[in-house]
Amino acid sequence: MAAGILTRVSQALRGPRLVGAVLSGHGHTLSTAAAAAKPPAAPIDDTGETKILNFPLTQPDFFRLSELYTIKDLFEARVHLGHKKGCRHRLMEPYLFGSRLDVDILDLDQTAEHLQRALNFTAHVAYRGGIILFISRRRQFGHLVETTARECGEYAHTRYWQGGLLTNAPVQYSPGVRLPDLIIFLSTLNNVFQPHVGIRDAAKMNIPTIGVVDSNCNPSLITYPVPGNDDTPATMEMYCRLFKMTINRAKDKRRQMELLRGISASV
Amino acid sequence: MAASCSRGVRSLFWKYETCKKGLCVSLSRTCLQLPVRQICVSVSVWRKNLAAAGPKKYTEEFIKKQVEEFEIGKRHLANMMGEDPETFTQEDIDKSIAYLFPSGLFEKRARPIMKHPDQIFPKQTAVQWDADRRPFHFLFYTGKQSYYSLMHDVYEKILAIERHQDKMRNKGLFTSDTKQISLTGSRWLVKEEMEELLVENISDQDYMRFIQLMERLLSMPYCSLEEEFVQKFRRQLEVQSSKQEIAPLQYDSQGIAFSVADGRRKSAKATITLRDSGSGNITINGRNYLQYFSLLQDREQLMFPLHFVDMLGRFDIEGSVEGSGHSSQGGALRLAISRALLSFVSEGEVEKMRQAGLLTADPRIKERKKPGQEGARKKFTWKKR
Repeated sequence: MAAGILTRVSQALRGPRLVGAVLSGHGHTLSTAAAAAKPPAAPIDDTGETKILNFPLTQPDFFRLSELYTIKDLFEARVHLGHKKGCRHRLMEPYLFGSRLDVDILDLDQTAEHLQRALNFTAHVAYRGGIILFISRRRQFGHLVETTARECGEYAHTRYWQGGLLTNAPVQYSPGVRLPDLIIFLSTLNNVFQPHVGIRDAAKMNIPTIGVVDSNCNPSLITYPVPGNDDTPATMEMYCRLFKMTINRAKDKRRQMELLRGISASV
Repeated sequence: MAASCSRGVRSLFWKYETCKKGLCVSLSRTCLQLPVRQICVSVSVWRKNLAAAGPKKYTEEFIKKQVEEFEIGKRHLANMMGEDPETFTQEDIDKSIAYLFPSGLFEKRARPIMKHPDQIFPKQTAVQWDADRRPFHFLFYTGKQSYYSLMHDVYEKILAIERHQDKMRNKGLFTSDTKQISLTGSRWLVKEEMEELLVENISDQDYMRFIQLMERLLSMPYCSLEEEFVQKFRRQLEVQSSKQEIAPLQYDSQGIAFSVADGRRKSAKATITLRDSGSGNITINGRNYLQYFSLLQDREQLMFPLHFVDMLGRFDIEGSVEGSGHSSQGGALRLAISRALLSFVSEGEVEKMRQAGLLTADPRIKERKKPGQEGARKKFTWKKR
């Protein structure tokens, strides 16, 4: 009897936490989480809400993000240029196409695949009203990143990272603060060529991360690494443009779906 | 305490025995009525950790209620004092409170006050996020949103000026000698004033960085486009000489201008009468200054103010001095002459005299002798053993 109570309690708990699980889960477990935790007793009023949330998950590229860029665009923006052979990180070797005159060249086919996955995840997070935080410690592009974040209505942090911003949030900010649901690193290194502290902190707080990893970066703790150049202004402008367009598309789509639901409900 | 604890425990056990065969429900009901067995802990754990709570936070509704109460109280006070409630200013409130509640306390801050709640309760930042708990400001997660947002805006302005420069260069209208923002007579905001402006704490390095960025903005040729923005962060310096009180010139029966002034140094007191259209005669205590001051240094002290404003042969000086020694008397006379000269001299000259130190009274006095010592500084002979 006690066992029966326990299972019922756990099932009831899992129901309303479905959205939370989707937000903080990893990409490849998204569909499995949605399939496994289908609540037997779903809340009655929310059929419209669950439909809005589950409908984008039915198609692989719901937001049609593959139209935003081509491999030629990536090449022209110099995404494939890495650092010199001496700066190469061991874990980036699978992502390298080769090296020419000692300069590492990243494989744009792999980059395109990874970028598609990253943009798709961003779009889904933005669709569900998640908080997105852009991080870059490159002083050359700090202003650009902050402007991008402001224009798509999300948040940016391109300044000195204080120790407990994620791990000690209720003390650093106020109690009851909401942490970001996705962190996008437009450059994973800080000004002393070491991995940014935010990567480790996000992993500790179960926040998924997207990171543009250059050939001298460590892609281990990043959920959706995107192998690519992070030093050229043209490349950074392209990334900022892509992320901004993704987020705006996703938010517009959400508003559209809400309007449709409003119209269908009134009808 | 311990007896009551044990009594509570014993009564609990007795209840268990009586309703051993009873249902759990009844036991829970009886349990609620009994005192819970307390674990004995030290007193310090019960006391609230006041330091960890941080500065006291007031809710917005509380402040609003205080403001309403203040307004009503102000009207009551006006009625009590027989004044018009509509035109009752803060000064009137202070005077009324000082009259109704006379206090002999020395500490002014301990006396009764009635001020607007905004001046009493510290300014607090409002809740930073909306109904979905999404923060309002796009730099919220940096921790110092106002400061970094200000830096972002200043950098944006620098970029805008650079774009303007490029446009002018393209048109061929670029010139380096454009109107510059005048910075004389003003200073940058101090760190405390910045903190007040941003409602945030900033460190010394942050403040330095901000000043560096503003200086960079000012170094560009077309910075006059953002003059208004820059002036927001500058404060005017007060001109010290405007605080000097200059007595008007007096005229005697023959129409000759004269002025009278006093001066003090150590314990010498001097009074000087400066008469215009003279020939440089100086009389002190009825005697000629050559006879009174046999030392050249003292006579130089008398001459210095007149020499500074180039009016050496113009005035007749009549002075009386008493007290202290010859050097202090010379200093006292010098101060008196400078003060008397103020009425004869222009505004610019007054500022020059002030910067030369002619108008500052020398504050040095004889240092007091301390017990256990021979004099003010001299100690008794030090013996090793």
